[in-house]
Amino acid sequence: MRVIILGCGRTGAYLARMLAAEGHQVAVVDKNSAAFARLGSEFPGELVIGTGIDEDVLREAGIEQAEAFVAVTDWDNTNVMAAQVAKDIFTVPRVICRIYDPLLEEIYHALGLETLCPTLLGAIRIKEILEG
Amino acid sequence: MYIIVVGGGKVGYYLTKSLLEEGHEVLVIEKDPQQYAMLTDELEANALQGDGCEASVMADAGLGRADVVVAVTGDDEDNLVVCQIAKHKFNVPRAIARINNPKNENLFRKLGIDVTVSSTELILSQIERFIPAQSLVHLLTLRNVGVSFVELEIPPNSPALGRPLRELGIPDDSIFPLVIRGGKEAIIPYGDTVLEPGDQVIAVTSKGSEEMLRRILRG
Repeated sequence: MRVIILGCGRTGAYLARMLAAEGHQVAVVDKNSAAFARLGSEFPGELVIGTGIDEDVLREAGIEQAEAFVAVTDWDNTNVMAAQVAKDIFTVPRVICRIYDPLLEEIYHALGLETLCPTLLGAIRIKEILEG
Repeated sequence: MYIIVVGGGKVGYYLTKSLLEEGHEVLVIEKDPQQYAMLTDELEANALQGDGCEASVMADAGLGRADVVVAVTGDDEDNLVVCQIAKHKFNVPRAIARINNPKNENLFRKLGIDVTVSSTELILSQIERFIPAQSLVHLLTLRNVGVSFVELEIPPNSPALGRPLRELGIPDDSIFPLVIRGGKEAIIPYGDTVLEPGDQVIAVTSKGSEEMLRRILRG
């Protein structure tokens, strides 16, 4: 599977390494080149420097051939905009968007984005653990 | 009207002030505490501190009863999200986004934001107007319908001199609603109007016909 990961923070880098290790073709986009250090020197995927809401940057990352796009920058709104660009403009078949703000996540989920809210997932899990 | 302005930088501040002077109810939302302190000194209760992109802050601001939301932060993605939430979650009738990167104008329209203001483009076009070498100046562009209002000045050696407008071969998709003569006289031209050197012609035209108009009027 050809996957583009936007945002090379802890989540993005970890996911990129896992997918690459399983043989997927991965391109990682981040506006800060220093972030790519998280991928380690052996990372086989493609690195693209630039903002993920720029169509030209996404094209460079190969979005026209991508089967999946994952938006995991540290800024919800960047993820929301990039995910919509991937889904509505480049018609990437699978687009996943991380949103920290639970209310925002609810709104964009209702609007048809495939969203994931780590805040909510974390809180729910912690509550489960507490309640045994 | 109740107008919510998101982003209290220079644009947001002056916009809020002038809307208040016109008698509107206005609330400006600013995230940065220092910037907010400056705003509240002057605008008092018309400023609210909070992240205007957070849905809960929007609810506190009374987005549900707002007539217009204007997003003028320096980040295009924030302006997009503010407008989308205003439209889809709070059913605000009108959401206007400022665009910082002109490249995003097209993108915003594809993503359903119908009214955008590109500050960079506006500044560019304003500067264009004052550069004398500019032979065709864009006054207003209605992108959705592909129509521009442009201004052309008739030079002393214009090929259009001495002949009525109807004989100039003006493209079918272009009309001249106004000619300004000598900088002060407004003429509504007809087919038999004859242009003079120094006339400022205001034209409504399509993108594709701009070059032809330039050739007809300026040579």
